Amino acid sequence: MSKTALQFRHNGRDVAIFVDGGTNLLVALRELIGDMTPKFGCGQGGCGACSVLIDGELHLACLTLAETVAGRSIETLDGIKQGPNLHPLQRAFADNFAAQCGYCTPGMLMAAKALLDRNPQPSRAEVIEAISGNICRCTGYEPIINAVLAAASSRARA
Amino acid sequence: MPITVKTFGSAGEAASALSSDRAARYLGGGTLVMRALNEGDISISTIVRANDHALRRIDAAGPRVTIGAGVTFAKILAERDLAFLHAPARSIGGPAVRNMGTVGGNLFAPNPYGDFTVALLALDATVTVQGGFGARNVPIEEFLQSRDRQAGSLVISISCQKPTNSEAFRYRKITRIRPKGGSVITLAAYVPLSSGRLLDARLALGSMAPMPIRARAAERALEGRPLDASSISAAASAITEGTSPVDDALGSAWYRREIAGVHLRRLLSGQE
Repeated sequence: MSKTALQFRHNGRDVAIFVDGGTNLLVALRELIGDMTPKFGCGQGGCGACSVLIDGELHLACLTLAETVAGRSIETLDGIKQGPNLHPLQRAFADNFAAQCGYCTPGMLMAAKALLDRNPQPSRAEVIEAISGNICRCTGYEPIINAVLAAASSRARA
Repeated sequence: MPITVKTFGSAGEAASALSSDRAARYLGGGTLVMRALNEGDISISTIVRANDHALRRIDAAGPRVTIGAGVTFAKILAERDLAFLHAPARSIGGPAVRNMGTVGGNLFAPNPYGDFTVALLALDATVTVQGGFGARNVPIEEFLQSRDRQAGSLVISISCQKPTNSEAFRYRKITRIRPKGGSVITLAAYVPLSSGRLLDARLALGSMAPMPIRARAAERALEGRPLDASSISAAASAITEGTSPVDDALGSAWYRREIAGVHLRRLLSGQE
């Protein structure tokens, strides 16, 4: 069985890999590119731990056939920090105790980023809706919601 | 085992590829087929895709709307002319799933999924299916009854008549988790009033049978009557007739039967 050549942009950098037929984007990112920030949670689309942005749109990497992203731009948590500085959302998650075990955090951050990119001043209800596809078993969600709102208001002040 | 992926430029070619290979599965948004692969489903050896713009087209300007099978729920939510379908589209998944999942795929989603199909069933939609020998239109109810035997054909689009006003079509998905969760039961009601009386009322239920079904007995209780306390009561007491819900992690069959009438009553009387 031959492999398929695949090129796409990964956090602003062009990458080229060879994938087996049927490989999902999560496996391609973690095992072939070495970006360990998207997590494998359920493999069913139920938990959101593998959330990434494809051309700015929130998608689940585990349910994305890798070769469908040819020529497209993938953004993962690994790409959102700015040099040595944390992204404002990461800072807000730390400040608001929005991460406990941390496994859901990359997906939560990408879902939150997808929201703030198109709606910089969301309401609480909009934040809840935006992270509704991401499961967190530690925090009870309240600190996460507060963190996203805090990041939005700090961005408004900046 | 590696999978062979075949990508075609047109839906017709994809349909031909599906009809010639029993182990081929069409990949739409990925929420069903990729999940099956992740779970080790060895019955799939070939994935067929089509990069056909026709599959992503929405024609919603006129009184009859046609939605390409590859249209995502996010696209439905972005289309003002499809406002009557926003509630069912919003009830599905989180934002990522709505960016991926498609109208065509939803027709095949097993319980507790497939909520959009419940809405389409109440709207008596028509499913356009492309087989090896051309396209045909199938009423959605007939389509659902034979959906497990649809191998070898490809859903191209779904069309339905727009409800005449926003009161004529109602939808409600009951979940244990807010704002998102799998369906305990899902209800959709098409209740058009003609001179104060219900004409061709249609009720559809999700998670009350192996696939979305029409609640015929409750429909008969509404037909020709005004939408008032007495007709709503009659429909509510007939709503479980012909249903076969199951026990699952979201609710027991008993519970589903108990609440179906309660939620139908609330939906039809406009209560929260």
